[in-house]
Amino acid sequence: MDKGRVAVITGNDAIAKGAIAAGMRFFAGYPITPASEISHYCAENLPKYGGKFIQMEDEIGSMAAIIGASMAGAKSMTSTSGPGFSLMQENLGFAIMAEVPCVVVDVMRFGPSQGVATVPAQADVMQARWGTHGDHPSITLALSTVKEAYELTIRAFNLAEKYRTPVILLSDATLSQMSEKIELPDPGTLEIIDRKIATVDPEQFQPYEDDGSGICPFAPYGSGYIWYTTGIVHDETGFPATSDPDKLAIQIDRLYDKINHNLEDIVQVEEYLTEDAEVILVAYGSVARAALATADTARREGIKVGVVKPVTIWPFPEQAIKKVREKAKTILVCEMNHGQLYWKVREVVEGKAQIAFLGQYNGKLIKPEKILAAIKEVTVGVC
Amino acid sequence: MSANNGVIEKYLRTEKLPHIWCPGCGNGIVLNSLIRAIDNAGMEQEKTVVISGIGCSGRASGYLKFNAFQPVHGRVLAYATGIKLYKPELNVICIMGDGDCASIGGNHLIHAARRNIGVTAVVLNNNNYGMTGGQYSPTTPENAMTRTSPFGHIEPPFDICKLAETSGATYVARSHTYKPRILTKYFQKALAHNGFALVEAMCDCPTLYGRLNKRGTGKEMLIKQKERAVQLEKAKEMSTEELEDKFVVGEFVNKVKPEYTEQYDRIIEQVQMEGF
Amino acid sequence: MSDYLELRLSGSGGQGMMLAGTFLAEAAGIYEDKHIVLCKSYGPEARGGACRSEVIISSEPIVYPEVQEPDLVLAMTQEACDKYYEDLKSGGIMIIDPEHVRDIPDINGKVYEIPLTQIARDTVGNEITANVVALGALTAIVDWISPEALKSAILDRTPKGTEELNEKAFNYGYNYTMEKYMQSNSPVV
Repeated sequence: MDKGRVAVITGNDAIAKGAIAAGMRFFAGYPITPASEISHYCAENLPKYGGKFIQMEDEIGSMAAIIGASMAGAKSMTSTSGPGFSLMQENLGFAIMAEVPCVVVDVMRFGPSQGVATVPAQADVMQARWGTHGDHPSITLALSTVKEAYELTIRAFNLAEKYRTPVILLSDATLSQMSEKIELPDPGTLEIIDRKIATVDPEQFQPYEDDGSGICPFAPYGSGYIWYTTGIVHDETGFPATSDPDKLAIQIDRLYDKINHNLEDIVQVEEYLTEDAEVILVAYGSVARAALATADTARREGIKVGVVKPVTIWPFPEQAIKKVREKAKTILVCEMNHGQLYWKVREVVEGKAQIAFLGQYNGKLIKPEKILAAIKEVTVGVC
Repeated sequence: MSANNGVIEKYLRTEKLPHIWCPGCGNGIVLNSLIRAIDNAGMEQEKTVVISGIGCSGRASGYLKFNAFQPVHGRVLAYATGIKLYKPELNVICIMGDGDCASIGGNHLIHAARRNIGVTAVVLNNNNYGMTGGQYSPTTPENAMTRTSPFGHIEPPFDICKLAETSGATYVARSHTYKPRILTKYFQKALAHNGFALVEAMCDCPTLYGRLNKRGTGKEMLIKQKERAVQLEKAKEMSTEELEDKFVVGEFVNKVKPEYTEQYDRIIEQVQMEGF
Repeated sequence: MSDYLELRLSGSGGQGMMLAGTFLAEAAGIYEDKHIVLCKSYGPEARGGACRSEVIISSEPIVYPEVQEPDLVLAMTQEACDKYYEDLKSGGIMIIDPEHVRDIPDINGKVYEIPLTQIARDTVGNEITANVVALGALTAIVDWISPEALKSAILDRTPKGTEELNEKAFNYGYNYTMEKYMQSNSPVV
């Protein structure tokens, strides 16, 4: 252990540190509990790296500012919680449509509207998928430990840059304020991906011309190119293609295809003791920790429990569920909400195993003993 | 090259013309004045970003040969803030309508002005929402008829220049489409200004606002503009009643104050000098 | 000696319970190379009458991150004591400051009464060091964390010029507890 690299830090600080390690040099945000500490860290530390921090007038402006900075070439980020995430949705759609990389952190709180700011929940899972209007894909990662907060923030930037898309990180109030020990890696050992930059003759440049990879090279403002874009559905020139039905469909397909054709690269899922499990717990974020602890205690009691932990919740790791649904008798989805990812799991299980749901929405992290009790309850009579 | 000294071919995407604006609309005149100002200022096209909002004026960025984009309604100045702060060496020009700038984007306007960030705001004020069919905007005068004030408008209007001035803008001017050369002059000064600069161009919407308020043809409205415009100095001697249905033109603010991105760069310099 | 320990430090806002939790977590995590999780009262709870920080220390990676049955509860005020003692593990430890906790709950475990505030005020000379006195007492009782590690963690974070004061506070807390409770015993956890 290199003592100089070991730190006891919160989930919020780990996100900020991970972002800076990934090369994030522009942050715009608006104060909101329980995400504000990410702003504090960036305000204090970005200038050291020549980066820029700004507290915008609201979350709408924050989202707009990080997109603008990214169009000028920055790796950029904002952080917020439910109410602010709602305000960001329209501009998030622009980033998807114009294919501008950026990272949005949503430290989830409890309940709709203001809800409860200081207690954990997983209430924004569907908002991360479908929050902005119109057909669009989503890359969303759920964080469950401080180490993951650091590592997955770096991964979020890599995915954003590689696929020219916003990436959403879902944390929660528990992880945001909790400290754990992590050993920060030597920055030289990190895999850092930067967006593909346009190299063609500026006269020939088309901002949305597929080079065969499905992902168009990017020309940051000030790099010698002149190009146009819009949130209106556009063709390869960046100009609206509203009068051509075929071109409209092609552009929407392209947004989906660049994600769907790369699922092997994007989808991340962890499995624990699934091989012989009769009961599979599906849990992500902080709740995954309760599920993992439950698997151990259940096995001590002779119940064969395994865990599937989606790390990318969007795109959803369908293959992992398809694999376990063949062997497991029961699949129990545990979430701190009224049932959100549950519906996706249910869709993928296709009735091939018993499916059950444990939802807790009281602002408390689900305890392993509650999951164990739920396992015992739902497995009665299942054989 | 034609009598326009080549500015049309140099700065406009001629393949996108003719533009979509109605006969008699003032937007084309404003765009004309703006590209002449850009040409006079000698700005490099690849180092210049033009952002325009949603609405009739929002179409402007699509006709311009610059790095340009049209994001969602009302957020132009917030996008501009991100671009300018990250890369202060870029020239950032924001083209907005009265609704885009002072209604849905009003919050971004006052804060961009307050920060004195070095972007140029060009506001095309035609007193209503044209693209969506002639609804009242925050600059629609009292008693005016619009599709959403069919019994006469009961809200007082914003004075966008006063709003910008009060919020902290360091260059503020207003002219109108009858005086395209004056507009060019103000635009040029705004582009050269180091700080938040706003130029409001009064322009007409004969198709909707003009028709609903029986203002006559586009030509008649344009001629009327000349009569409605009152010089700043003269306006000071006039009563509120005398200023009814008039608008004040001139340079309202032109002062030097620290520019936002320069201040931030000084912080970076200071932090890096102290070491970490 | 347990290889998994849950500790709760409670008091009122301003008594330094959050900072004490940080000291403890950094001592165990960085100096003793253990796995730790540190959770603190947050938002309105931290500003209310009673607040707490909780530290889990383990030789193995910590899966579930919240304290479920604390092995030890430190209570610096009556309100904190009443609010935070109930889920104490059977056979667990309470450290209380008798100046502020008059009504000691009936627990299945051992109560250490240590005049933390009085030591800080009268012997160290600054009441604000009561949290550091408490950490000294805690290391006398819990042998999992060495006094040296905790002292180093405290000195890493204390402002320049207050090192001596903090060291004194720590030592008085440690020595008092050793003399009163530990003379014939080895540490109990």
